[in-house]
Amino acid sequence: MARRRDLPLERDGTGRFLPWLIALMVYLACLALAGAIMLDEASGRWQSGLTGTMTAQIPAADSGKSDEHPATIAAVLDVLKNTPGIRDAQPLTTDSVIALIEPWLGKGNVASDLPIPVLIDIQLEENATFDTVALAIQLEQVAPGTRLDDHEIWITRMLRLSQTIGAVAMTIVILIGIAAAATVVFATRTGLAVHQGAIEVLHIIGARDTYIARQFQVRAMSLALRGGLLGLILATMTLALLAGIAGNLEGPLLPQLAVTPSLWGGLAALPLAAALIATLTARITVVRTLSRLP
Amino acid sequence: MLRFQNVGLRYGLGPEVLRDVNLHLAPGSFHFLTGPSGAGKSSLLKLMYLGLQPSRGNISMFNQDIATIDRAELPGLRRRVGVVFQNFRLLDHLSTLDNVALPLRIAGAKEGTVRDHVAELLSWVGLGNHLDVHPPTLSDSEKQRVAIARAVIGRPSLLLADEPTGSVDLEQGLRILHLFEQLNKIGTTVVIATHDRGLIKRFSHPVLKLERGKLKINRRAAPPASPASPENQPPENSGGQQDGPTS
Repeated sequence: MARRRDLPLERDGTGRFLPWLIALMVYLACLALAGAIMLDEASGRWQSGLTGTMTAQIPAADSGKSDEHPATIAAVLDVLKNTPGIRDAQPLTTDSVIALIEPWLGKGNVASDLPIPVLIDIQLEENATFDTVALAIQLEQVAPGTRLDDHEIWITRMLRLSQTIGAVAMTIVILIGIAAAATVVFATRTGLAVHQGAIEVLHIIGARDTYIARQFQVRAMSLALRGGLLGLILATMTLALLAGIAGNLEGPLLPQLAVTPSLWGGLAALPLAAALIATLTARITVVRTLSRLP
Repeated sequence: MLRFQNVGLRYGLGPEVLRDVNLHLAPGSFHFLTGPSGAGKSSLLKLMYLGLQPSRGNISMFNQDIATIDRAELPGLRRRVGVVFQNFRLLDHLSTLDNVALPLRIAGAKEGTVRDHVAELLSWVGLGNHLDVHPPTLSDSEKQRVAIARAVIGRPSLLLADEPTGSVDLEQGLRILHLFEQLNKIGTTVVIATHDRGLIKRFSHPVLKLERGKLKINRRAAPPASPASPENQPPENSGGQQDGPTS
C-alpha cells in the first residue's frame, strides 16, 4: 500500500478536467437509467393492472347515452356471468367512462351528445382459461357490435416498447461507461508522460509496477467518485424537476416519476460504478505501459 | 555478483555504444569506471542497474540470468542496487527525508523505523537540519549528498555512482569516496563512474576504462600515491577487488 504520494499527481493539470467529464457522464447515465427503470416500473404496473381482466365494449345507443339500452347490457352481463372462468362483470358508469376520456379531451369538455359506449369491466378467476373468440361471438349475437378486448395485443406491444427502450437505455449507459474508461486512459497516459522522470526513478529503485499503478488508481478513484457524486446530485435535481412538472399534468397514463427505492439504488450505484471503472482502467493502463520498461 | 558476457548495446538502429563487454564484479570489489565523454559510461551503468536491456550478450546479476528471469523478480534485484545518478534525480515535491526514505518504503519497511534511520543517515552526511527541506532549495552539494543517502539507505549489495563528486569540492569529494570505501568494507560492491583522474589517482582501486564502447581494465596493484581521505589519510584497501573485470 502506498502510504503517501510518491508522485505529485494532484499537482498536475491532467486530473483537473476528469471530475467534470465524469460528472457529465454520470449525469447522462443517471437520466438514461432513471428513464429505463421508471418505464419498467410503469409497464409492470400497467401489466399487473390489466392481467386477469378483460373489457367488453357495447356501442352507444342511438341516443348517444350508454344507460339508455339496459336490455342489451343485461343480456351481455348475463352471458358473461354464466361463462366459466369469469368471476365478475360490472358495467362502468357513464361518469367513469367520461373520466377515462377526459385526459384526451380535457376536463368538462366531453360534449353531452357525444356517443359514449358501455364498458364492462370483466374480472377473471385466477388462472382461468377459456376461448375468448367463442365468447366474443356469443356477445356479438346478443349485442351486435360488441367488442371483447383481453388487452393482450396492447400489453404485448407495450412490453416490447418498454423492453426496447430499456435496452437502448442500458446501451447508452454502457457506451457512457466505455467513454469514461477512454477518458481515464487518456488522463492516465498523460499523467504517465508528465511524471515519466519520477516514475523511472521509482522503477530503478525497485518499485513494482503495481506500486506505481496504485498511486494512479487511488487518484483516479478519488476524482471519479467526486465527479460521480456531482453528476448524481445534478441528475436527482433534474428528476425532481421533471417529476414536479409531470405531477402538474393531468395525465394518468404518464409513467410515475417518483424516485422509488429501486431507482435510488440504481442511481446511487452509478458513481460507485464510475469510481470502479476509473480505478480498474487506471491500474490496467499503468501496468500495461510500465510492462514495456525493462 | 555481476557478470557481463559479450554484451553489446545499441539504441534503436544506431551504432553500438558498447561492444563485446566482458566483466565480472566480485562481491566486495571496488572499481572506478572512466573514459572520455560519450564512451558509454552512463550506458554501462544503466545496464548494471537494469535500466536497459543489452542488445546482445548475457548479463547475470546475483547469480540470476537477466535474460531468462521472470520480470516480476527484477524489482527484488533492483532493491539490492543503490544508484547515485549524475543529475541526482531527486523528486522535487518530496522532502529530503521522504526522498531518502523512498527505497525503504518501496521495499515495505515499517514506517515507525523509516524516519529514525533516514534522519540518522542524513545527520551523518551533514544534512540533519534539512530533513523537511525540498530539493529545489538545496545546493548542488547538498543534493548530491541526499542522492547518495538515498542510494545507500537500503544497504545495497551493489552501489553504482555516476560522477558522485561532480558537484562538490575536493574535500567533500574525498569525504564521499571515504563513505563509499566504508560501505565497501562492510561488503558492498562499488562502481564509481568519474572523469576526475586526480581523484582516481588517490586510490588504488582497479579502473575500468571505456573507449569507443570497448572496456579495458587497469588493475593498478600499486598503493595510492597521495592521501585519499579528507583527513589526509589513505583509505584502507577493501577486499575482493582482485577479482576484477576482463575485457
